[in-house]
Amino acid sequence: MNNRLLPFDTIGEKIALAVLAIFVVIFPLMNTLFPADSALHITTFQLSVWGKYLCYAVLAISLNFLWGYTGLLCLGQCLFFALGGYAFGMYLMLMIGDLGAYGTSLPDFMVFLGYSELPVHWKPFYNPWFAVFAAMWVPGLVAFVFGMLAFRSRIKGVYFSILTQALTYAAALLFFRNDFTFGGNNGFTDFKFIFGHDIREASVSRALFWASGFLLIGVYYLIAYLLKSKFGLVQRAIRDSENRVRFSGYSTTHYKVFIFVVSAMIAGLAGALYVPQAGIINPSEMWPTKGLDIVVWVAVGGRGSKFGPIIGAVLINLLKSYTTRVYPESWLIILGLVFLLVVLFMPNGVVGLWDQVKAWIQSRKADPPATVEPQLAVENES
Amino acid sequence: MVNSVVYKDTDLVLSVESVSKSFDGFKAINDLNFYLGEGELRTIIGPNGAGKSTFMDLITGRTRPDEGTVTFHQDDGHDLDLTKLREYQINRLGISRKFQTPSVYQDHSVYDNIVLSLNHGRGVWQSLLYKESAADKEAIEEVLETVRLQDLCNERAGLLSHGQKQWLEIGMLLAQKPRILLVDEPAAGMSDEETERTGELLLSLEGKHSIMVIEHDMEFIRQIARKVTVLHQGHVLKEGKFLEVANDPTVKEVYLGRQKHD
Repeated sequence: MNNRLLPFDTIGEKIALAVLAIFVVIFPLMNTLFPADSALHITTFQLSVWGKYLCYAVLAISLNFLWGYTGLLCLGQCLFFALGGYAFGMYLMLMIGDLGAYGTSLPDFMVFLGYSELPVHWKPFYNPWFAVFAAMWVPGLVAFVFGMLAFRSRIKGVYFSILTQALTYAAALLFFRNDFTFGGNNGFTDFKFIFGHDIREASVSRALFWASGFLLIGVYYLIAYLLKSKFGLVQRAIRDSENRVRFSGYSTTHYKVFIFVVSAMIAGLAGALYVPQAGIINPSEMWPTKGLDIVVWVAVGGRGSKFGPIIGAVLINLLKSYTTRVYPESWLIILGLVFLLVVLFMPNGVVGLWDQVKAWIQSRKADPPATVEPQLAVENES
Repeated sequence: MVNSVVYKDTDLVLSVESVSKSFDGFKAINDLNFYLGEGELRTIIGPNGAGKSTFMDLITGRTRPDEGTVTFHQDDGHDLDLTKLREYQINRLGISRKFQTPSVYQDHSVYDNIVLSLNHGRGVWQSLLYKESAADKEAIEEVLETVRLQDLCNERAGLLSHGQKQWLEIGMLLAQKPRILLVDEPAAGMSDEETERTGELLLSLEGKHSIMVIEHDMEFIRQIARKVTVLHQGHVLKEGKFLEVANDPTVKEVYLGRQKHD
């Protein structure tokens, strides 16, 4: 715990982080510095695709904070992401103004459903900063209420997981309803302006990419900092032996609620940045399968490691974008296969692979005549 | 609660009075009365299912009694009913418990295990802002020395031997500077030598803390026993000096006798 402002463990981690930072800074520049016919040019479309991956990486980090470091497997992390997305989407909807299909100041779906004026809870969302703030506190509040109820009554393990899945399912059904004032199953789309700029401008895409990248680095830093503090020690202690922590004078309920809320707020921010880059948000984002996707990213990348979730989120989504283009029918089968292989053969995920290989080489060096022992055992038995 | 200082008029630190607890109709604890004196080292024995662990659960807030009171006599003279409090609140009063199977934080270093056991900075915000002071460091090193783990302080706790884990957990309790130490089968799974050293450790703590030890190993009990309480069917069967208890015919029948038949 000597240098708390640089909470990094190894040289490798620092290098990886530097590479990530350089990528975040350079990538959008390649969109503007190189002409469109250059091999180094990055199109605005590619920019928004990678911007979304960065948001997914933040989302994966938020789940890893819960699952990898605290042992709370949340299957409803997509709910917090979607709530953040909806909060910022409300602002984007209001910015369409009278450019919608019906030419009124109300969002199209409201006109379609016969609203005569904007519902009260929509009004503050004219302010973008209110929307960004709401993208944090709405998921945070949901996590707080749910966490209080669940953790106070000592719900844990698989029961907690199932309840979080039920929660996101229930929320999705609620958002599917037209009378819930959030656009029913169509959700929000056709955004026009963001912070006074046309959302299709290349400069907006670059800014959104940078924002996502800096969010990722900031969240990474926050988690690294927390892990190094006594708080992080308590967090992992809860994962390994909650009773011991409780009987050492800690209210594990307070800790778990706090962690759940922080995790939900991070996921919400990721969702808020995701929506303008994806151009759409609808209730399918909180469907239980989306929650499972995030679990797969974290497991593949490496649960309980700081870089694992980032790598997992990007890798799986790259694979998905490739596969759904080339073998659109087989994507789910391939995803299942990858997940199965990782669970069976790479318990520490992609980032744990190097250590696994090292351990394997060492074990080969250590006892080459491994074949002798089983034979002896057989002899002894008879 | 009265705010003026009430001088303590008792030598007791804990009074358990007419406590009962049943699980699905099974009376695990049945009208139990028990008193623990200040600085006392008490050994509790009893056959399996006598309610020993449930008894500790009741004191530490893990389960709540159906009836009866568990009173903690604080230093300032105020009495507190523990049956209304949560585990962490009871622990913060200075009641520490060691579990039957060693429970240490496997992934943390031996040193960090003790850091997490210090009796301050345990709220969420305090833990975020916690900075180790020189006094903390000294306290941690003192504990590590007492349980003879100072050479292993950077080792991952999961890599310790079973006996070392047991000691680490005892060290974790000591770091809490408890007034009452509840120790559940400290010698389980230890070698003879380790068992003896554990006994010496507990004896050296006598007077500094009030200690309750649950144990099965008769050799070990003989080593550490001062006053022994025999539990049977959730009730105190007999209380007294080790030899007195060991030679009591009813005790022999329910406990020692049953061992012979095995």
